[in-house]
Amino acid sequence: MSFLSATGMTGGYGGADILTDCELRVERGEVAVVVGPNGAGKSTAMKAVFGMLTLREGSVVFDGEDITSMAPQERVRHGMGVVPQNRNVFVSLTVEENLEMGAFIRDDDISESKEQVFSLFPILAEKRNQPAGELSGGQRQQVAVGRALMTKPKLLMLDEPTAGVSPIVMDELFDKIVEIARTGIAILMVEQNARQALEIADHGFVLVQGTNRFTDTGEALLANEEVRRSFLGG
Amino acid sequence: MDIANAFALLSNFVLVPALAYGAQLALGALGVTIIFGILRFANFAHGEMMSFGAMAAILATWFLQSQGVSISPLPTALLALPIGILAAIGMACLTDRFVFRFYRRKRSNPIVFAIVSVGVMFVMAGLIRIIIGPDDQSFADGARFLVTVREFKAATGLDQGIAIKQSQVITVVVALIVVAFLFWFLQRTRWGKAMRAYSDDEDLALLSGIDPEKVVLIAWIIAAALAAIAGTLYGLDKTYKPFIFLQILLPIFAATILGGIGQPVGAVLGGFIIAFSEVMVTYAFKRFLAYLGPDGWVPDGLVQLLSTDYKFAVSFVILVAVLLVRPTGIIRGKVI
Repeated sequence: MSFLSATGMTGGYGGADILTDCELRVERGEVAVVVGPNGAGKSTAMKAVFGMLTLREGSVVFDGEDITSMAPQERVRHGMGVVPQNRNVFVSLTVEENLEMGAFIRDDDISESKEQVFSLFPILAEKRNQPAGELSGGQRQQVAVGRALMTKPKLLMLDEPTAGVSPIVMDELFDKIVEIARTGIAILMVEQNARQALEIADHGFVLVQGTNRFTDTGEALLANEEVRRSFLGG
Repeated sequence: MDIANAFALLSNFVLVPALAYGAQLALGALGVTIIFGILRFANFAHGEMMSFGAMAAILATWFLQSQGVSISPLPTALLALPIGILAAIGMACLTDRFVFRFYRRKRSNPIVFAIVSVGVMFVMAGLIRIIIGPDDQSFADGARFLVTVREFKAATGLDQGIAIKQSQVITVVVALIVVAFLFWFLQRTRWGKAMRAYSDDEDLALLSGIDPEKVVLIAWIIAAALAAIAGTLYGLDKTYKPFIFLQILLPIFAATILGGIGQPVGAVLGGFIIAFSEVMVTYAFKRFLAYLGPDGWVPDGLVQLLSTDYKFAVSFVILVAVLLVRPTGIIRGKVI
């Protein structure tokens, strides 16, 4: 059994199902990437794992515990960290306050986690007293990731972390994400930039119309002729 | 030219009264802005909440006075103020529990909340009139003036005196303490930051494990406490009349919107700007200009822009101008 195994996920927002028998798995210390065309249900699959979508069928088992019917806030307490795609920082709060809010549920000393985030993203230490809304897109994403890391998650889920940032910033962010994974955190990431994302992925899931089309290691998917032709633009 | 006398005149009739009035408006606007920031609706019941808190403080003052308790030269009402605050908090929690929570669970539109708050306003206004009656109530005691016109004239040798009422000084000092405490709470404490975070983005606050019901409760407690303090200070400075709290809603809303909705700093700023505008536009500058002009010269008219009867028009004009020109307010806030 994987550290996170979401299997047979079927469901949607009332009406028709968006996901059909969708499966996602991640191990600790690994990066798993979900790619696929627009409207394939990538973000929906991630929401299902986090409990923001009620599943009609299937189950989510996290760290040996079945959490299928658990509320999202409870999942945060159980060790799931989430970086939403939009509105993922508190714009009027300073960088440091954003991090403190990330650690809101913790009662222990958070200064160590704060230092870890600052050493991972040195620019944030520099701008710690600046409102997050004044930062550039890439820096904001760093705040968003940092905020999620402050909960000390065992699984970090990122919904298109590189949306709207420049290619250089994207490479930097991916490097940081690999670095985070090396500390033993499982990473599940939805990405539009499929090729670059698969390059850092241990496992990749290609979703089409809410179901798994290809599931393999990142390397194998990049080498797969059909995947390249259909989803990576040749 | 007689600058010293001109300044004394202006201080006596404009600066000092506007400062006290501004502090009262600022406290009121802070309550409105906090409810808007957290619950996202314009709370029309805030004026009556001020009235309710002031009423409880007055009843407690009368009780203390009848028991012979006194902190002279300070007014007894200051001692009774905590009772007023507690009563207002109790009232706010009850209305939230039995009225607003119902609509929150239904995820109602902000406009529905605003209209519900109008209903709450009428119920509260009725309740207040049943308990204390519709008439003026006087409850101020202790020393009336800190500095009288006569003392000031004797001390400075000027023709014009400055009178400073004790209630004005108390108003400004209490407002300073309360605002300083509020900003400390919002900027430095865990729950204060959580409230700002919640005001910023509800969903992300939820993802961070911030309990929304607790944030809402704290918002009501703060707003009710501010309302009770503002209402009591206003009553102490002028007089307590239940109907005045419907009228005062207008300058308070104008101050809130002018400062930027949901922005505490803006609310304080807006409160003082509205107060100074209102007092200055309705003040007759005739004698002030006479002191500044050449000797023996006196302006022909009163040099008064608006009669005091129209003072509420000032808030209205500012309100409309802000909504047209800069709807976000001075400090960029939310837009209704």
